[in-house]
Amino acid sequence: MASQLSLNQRAAILSIVLLVVGLLIWEAAIPAQKAAEELTEYERLTGGGAPKAGIPPPSDVLAKAWEQLSNPFYDAGPNDKGIGIQIGYSLFRVLSGYFLAALVAIPLGFLIGMSPVAYRALNPFIQVLRPISPLAWMPLALFVIQDSQLSAIFVIFICSIWPMLLNTAFGVAGVRQDWVNVARTHELGHLKTAFTVILPAAAPTIVTGMRISIGIAWLVIVAAEMLVGGTGIGYYVWNEWNNLDLTSVIFSILMIGIVGMVLDAAFAALQRTIAYAE
Amino acid sequence: MSKPYLSVENLTQQFPDGQGGTLTVFENANFGIEKGEFVVILGHSGCGKSTIMNILAGLAEPTSGVVKMDGFAVSGPSLDRGVVFQNYSLLPWLSALRNVQFGVKARHRDWSPAKVLEHSRMFLAKVGLEGDVIHRKPSQLSGGMRQRVSIARAFANHPKLLLLDEPFGALDALTRGTIQEELLKIWSGTEQTVFMITHDIDEAILLADRILLMTNGPFARVAESVDITIPRPRTRTEIVDHPNYYAIRNHLVQFLGRRSKELAGQKVEGPQRPETVRIARESAPEPEPDANPRLRAVNS
Repeated sequence: MASQLSLNQRAAILSIVLLVVGLLIWEAAIPAQKAAEELTEYERLTGGGAPKAGIPPPSDVLAKAWEQLSNPFYDAGPNDKGIGIQIGYSLFRVLSGYFLAALVAIPLGFLIGMSPVAYRALNPFIQVLRPISPLAWMPLALFVIQDSQLSAIFVIFICSIWPMLLNTAFGVAGVRQDWVNVARTHELGHLKTAFTVILPAAAPTIVTGMRISIGIAWLVIVAAEMLVGGTGIGYYVWNEWNNLDLTSVIFSILMIGIVGMVLDAAFAALQRTIAYAE
Repeated sequence: MSKPYLSVENLTQQFPDGQGGTLTVFENANFGIEKGEFVVILGHSGCGKSTIMNILAGLAEPTSGVVKMDGFAVSGPSLDRGVVFQNYSLLPWLSALRNVQFGVKARHRDWSPAKVLEHSRMFLAKVGLEGDVIHRKPSQLSGGMRQRVSIARAFANHPKLLLLDEPFGALDALTRGTIQEELLKIWSGTEQTVFMITHDIDEAILLADRILLMTNGPFARVAESVDITIPRPRTRTEIVDHPNYYAIRNHLVQFLGRRSKELAGQKVEGPQRPETVRIARESAPEPEPDANPRLRAVNS
């Protein structure tokens, strides 16, 4: 019977089994709250009947998810916005910082990849700036930019620029000389060679860099929003922690994972369309 | 004496030898190619054939000397000199058809897309590629098919000079045979001037009007120019019956097997021109008491 199912089908069944088993173990591991009538009078007097803050069971998280996802865009004031709005703010920051970074990194990477002089001249700067945690820029960004929204976007910009820059330079520098010779023997100009030969040849490496960058940007936005506050999924997590609403915290953690997965899948799809076999 | 269509004049190539000196690959090489001629250059590896090819293509600069085509010195690569590389050099992200279109578009920038497409399809058909196969990427084609695409791309551009750099070197012997005949088919009927590098003696005799023989390097020379006195059209199966075939083949084998080494490393002053050799027998060769044994394998 099992052999009639494809590999993917068998893997899907196993995934579902693992999910259900994991949730059941989680559910069973949470000690049930004692019902109020079972408490002794002493316990009731000392406040034992008040609900204790504990890790919520998955059933609560699912109920929360249903509640939140059925109305994701409500806006009831600065501290009470729907999950859709919060994720929207985060995505807006990530994508604007990310595309600004791409606008800088890809042309600059091209230049570095094509010119050994530019590569050597810029390499020391890249090597010093690259390992800096993006959040370390935050105080400077807040001081210079004087705007927490823009500072968050700047932090995304600065963290997503390096993988794109380095991968573009690496991809462009590694384009096979044969293909460049094809362009030369066909009298293509520099710009035409760049767009019709070098760009497609280096595209898989460039998109790999873009995929790494979007992953890092999504990791960083949560931490950045915890710092700058106001809106966004990172702020939401921190706000619910302050509210001691662990159900919402767990739910938002899940949402961060799902959005990250979707972003990565989008770049994986892009990678497949531009990949080529030699 | 009028100058040939393509003339190579006093071409010298030196490279640093890594120990502070220079290594002279060849020096003062002179030879010419007439319009419409198919010239093959034969020689051992390392004698500088590929260097000559790269200079003719404009992809490398000689240390000194000039290459003149149609009276003008060439510098840099040009669409007038098409190249077919040994490793096909197709762009792997484009389909076979798009690879040919890439070349045609570069050559005829004013053509409409429909005209480019039609022209490209026509030349792919000339090398036997039609139907679905032309929409495949190079990675989905066999080595022989890839080289066909590369040949179609080169011929579709009607370059003044077509350079073939060991085009069949990476193919198995059977495929090589079919593509050689396809190359002859597409070449005949055009006035295409071709300059080709090969290691394969039989291939050279089948294809060439004239074979240039190079001695071993350093100080390699284009020592001889052997006229192939076998009438066209030629096929692989028929040329072996021609009375001149084995005489020419024997001469080439002797040169590559023995004389290319004897002549190697001799620095000769002044411009070097290949000596013309013409082997023509009108009747079948008599069994002759020749000092040279026939059909000797090349042991190099």
